[in-house]
Amino acid sequence: MNSVASIRAPSAPEPLLRLDRISHTYGATNTFSDLGFSLEKGRIGCLLGPSGCGKTTALRCIAGFESISSGTIHLNGQQVGSATFSLPAHQRRIGMVFQDYALFPHLSVRDNIGFGLRGADRMQRTRRVAELLEIVGLNTLGDAYPHELSGGQQQRVALARALAPQPDLLLLDEPFSNLDVALRERLGLEVRDILRQQNTTAVLVTHDQHEAFAIADEIGVLHQGVIQQWDTAYNLYHEPANLFVAGFIGEGVLIPGAVVGAATLDIELGRVPAQLPACCASGCRVDVLVRPDDIVHDDASSMQATVLAKAFRGADFLYTLQLASGTRVLSLIPSHHNHALGEKIGIRLEIDHVIAFEHPDC
Amino acid sequence: MQAAASDHLPHPASRPAALLGRWFGGWRIAAFLVSLITLVPLVVVLSSFLVPASEIWQHLSRNVLPELLRNTFWLVAGVALGTGVLGTSLAWLTAVCEFPGRRFFSWALMLPLAIPAYVTAFVGIGLLDYTGPLQSALRDLFGSSAWFPPIRSRGGVILVMTLALYPYVYLLARNAFLTQGKRSLEVGQSLGLSRWQGFFKVALPMARPWLAAGIMLAMMETLADFGTVAVFNYDTFTTAIYKAWFGLFSLAAAAQLASILVLLVLALVLFEQAWRRGKRYHAVGRSQLSRLALSRRARLAACAYASLVLAAAFVIPVLQLLVWSVQVFAEDFDARYPSFVWHSVALSAMAALLVVSAALVLVYTVRLHRDWPTLFFSRLSTLGYAIPGTVLAVGIFIPIAWLDNQLIALLKAGFGVDTGAVLRGTLVVMLLAYVARFLAAGFNPIDSAMQRITKNQEEAARGMGITGWRLFARVHLPLLRGGLLTGAILVFVDVMKEMPITLMTRPFGWDTLAVRIFEMTSEGQWERAALPALALVVAGLLPVILLTRQSEA
Repeated sequence: MNSVASIRAPSAPEPLLRLDRISHTYGATNTFSDLGFSLEKGRIGCLLGPSGCGKTTALRCIAGFESISSGTIHLNGQQVGSATFSLPAHQRRIGMVFQDYALFPHLSVRDNIGFGLRGADRMQRTRRVAELLEIVGLNTLGDAYPHELSGGQQQRVALARALAPQPDLLLLDEPFSNLDVALRERLGLEVRDILRQQNTTAVLVTHDQHEAFAIADEIGVLHQGVIQQWDTAYNLYHEPANLFVAGFIGEGVLIPGAVVGAATLDIELGRVPAQLPACCASGCRVDVLVRPDDIVHDDASSMQATVLAKAFRGADFLYTLQLASGTRVLSLIPSHHNHALGEKIGIRLEIDHVIAFEHPDC
Repeated sequence: MQAAASDHLPHPASRPAALLGRWFGGWRIAAFLVSLITLVPLVVVLSSFLVPASEIWQHLSRNVLPELLRNTFWLVAGVALGTGVLGTSLAWLTAVCEFPGRRFFSWALMLPLAIPAYVTAFVGIGLLDYTGPLQSALRDLFGSSAWFPPIRSRGGVILVMTLALYPYVYLLARNAFLTQGKRSLEVGQSLGLSRWQGFFKVALPMARPWLAAGIMLAMMETLADFGTVAVFNYDTFTTAIYKAWFGLFSLAAAAQLASILVLLVLALVLFEQAWRRGKRYHAVGRSQLSRLALSRRARLAACAYASLVLAAAFVIPVLQLLVWSVQVFAEDFDARYPSFVWHSVALSAMAALLVVSAALVLVYTVRLHRDWPTLFFSRLSTLGYAIPGTVLAVGIFIPIAWLDNQLIALLKAGFGVDTGAVLRGTLVVMLLAYVARFLAAGFNPIDSAMQRITKNQEEAARGMGITGWRLFARVHLPLLRGGLLTGAILVFVDVMKEMPITLMTRPFGWDTLAVRIFEMTSEGQWERAALPALALVVAGLLPVILLTRQSEA
């Protein structure tokens, strides 16, 4: 894995944020080691991973709340963290939106937002607070207190408070995890628009891929303290770099395949062109990732599969199908095709990207 | 019984429901009677404010009152400041920072709660007074010119009371800092505040409700204190009330002094309520990835500071008590000592039983009826914790004495017998005063245990046909057991340590440990007060253990 993953060309100017092989230890255990990525100004990056993967700790290291045990962190070209040096958090010019918002219960919304605007005179302060209230759409609630607000409103206040001092980098720690699902998606898009509009550079941490997809330009999938892949949402889904990413992002199953040519392999559903892992030659066994949208319903197809289970999802059904060999696959089929359990239906493979992984006994 | 099961369902017209309505009305009447125990003395004392001034009162108000007010003001202000600084700083260190011994100090710093302030007081004087070992040693070393700050001074009382009462602030502040201390610093830092700025601009303001509650408790205790100021001969309202009654034999003057003290207390209570209104602070979330790392020097300083406070407030007083106890053990551990212990234990047990029963009535009534009169009277009856024992003693003695006179007259007229005092000089006055004073101590743990019983649990029992008394006996009582026990222990220990009510209203011959301490210390025989004091400290450890358990959980 690259120690510094970036989508941009390496010749680009110094990125706003650069983590170079950083490690963090808590007591005797390693939270993560040799973690690295960088982020250009104005981009929104995301660390995505299951809980306990170290993503929040990584964010806290960037913020300066935790010290790293090796590696370096550069912000705006300036080194802010290394094994021996840690610029205090309050001097890093970062803003942070906490998971639980951490609003000040003793201050009004207005005073919460204006809290970080020290040094500014009264006029500027008032103006900036008004501006932010406008941006997050809370104009009428300036005098309310945090406990009088709904979860979504509190979240917006937290965002406004963090944005007010115009930080170089905004950090968001699971910002939507306390909200219900419907609100989460809407607010996610809203936050993205606000960050875009303010040309804010941000790092988001989340375990929810939909949240990551909605907000981030580039996403690092973090697992066991290692960035498995740093890429766009599209590529993570369609070109996962390894089995973990393939399993973690989206739905799908792995089915066995056999290499029959330089870029061709056979799977039970037919012969497909594929990009093969380096070690694979003809006759080699691989695992192929098949997404539910790769298998379409086709009554004319000769390939038959038995319906094992189905889940209604509104526009379509997610069918679990069993092939003749017993292999199970998932298929997303428009919901007017309502088939009974046990029924045999015709299916066809319609796949653009075939992703093959080395089989363990390759 | 099954028919009566419909108690809480809306069947206003049906007969069983009406019967039950009347029955539950009984709870309310009981609760009202309980609240009278606090209400009557308050009204009696306050009404004496309006009584025309006697000669004694004129003398008191001219010559004594200004000094009382001055003394009280400085004492309360000094203790508020002292406990605030000590409690807050120690809470911050143990809750948020890391230093050698932090785990130990986080519970050990609550130990001073086990020592009644008047015990710390007489130990302090015994140690530091002109004739005490420290000053004698200094004189031996440096000659008679060695200057030493006088311990029997305003500063001395404030210091002793601060050392005895800071755990209230410490306990509450620690709770606040544990839940939000480190996080509040991080929020501050993410908005450009350094740690120091963050402490003063974020952590302190956010902990304010807790700090205020702790300091308020310390101030109430200070206003109510009798033993400590008596040891120091530092005149405040409580000692003045005692002297007016037992020195000048003017119950009226005592009541008038008490009325002013009550007004001061009520002012404090109202101030607190107004200040806290509308300020429902929520925890800001926990963040305990790591504690705040201190520099080497700061770590050592923190450890030294905590050690110093613990030594001064607990270790040294207890050691001194032990040394004195050993010295006087042979002559003091005679037949009288077990009788002091027995009186203390018997009174405490009776009071605990009464208080817990009364509190249970209140708690259950509030559970059944959430209307305003019920809530109002239950709040009122737990107000007694704020009212000094001296005031309650006066306020309960006066109506009981009046009742007694009526009874005597009645019995004489009706049966021609001269009974003499019926109620006066019995345990009744004393126990009623205890109930009034410590009802809140019993009420709070039982109430919070009751709050943990959900409405759904009750409904589940009702659904199985268990209602009324059976619901109370089979669901509430077993679930309240922990709360009842805690309440009983707290009241038991509070009564053991209680001094003014016991002193002023005890029947002849009912000398307790606290009374013994008062008698010995008022003669300056510190070492002879040590043995009873030690017994109180041992008993006092019980609630401290309860508290530490709770705050660790």
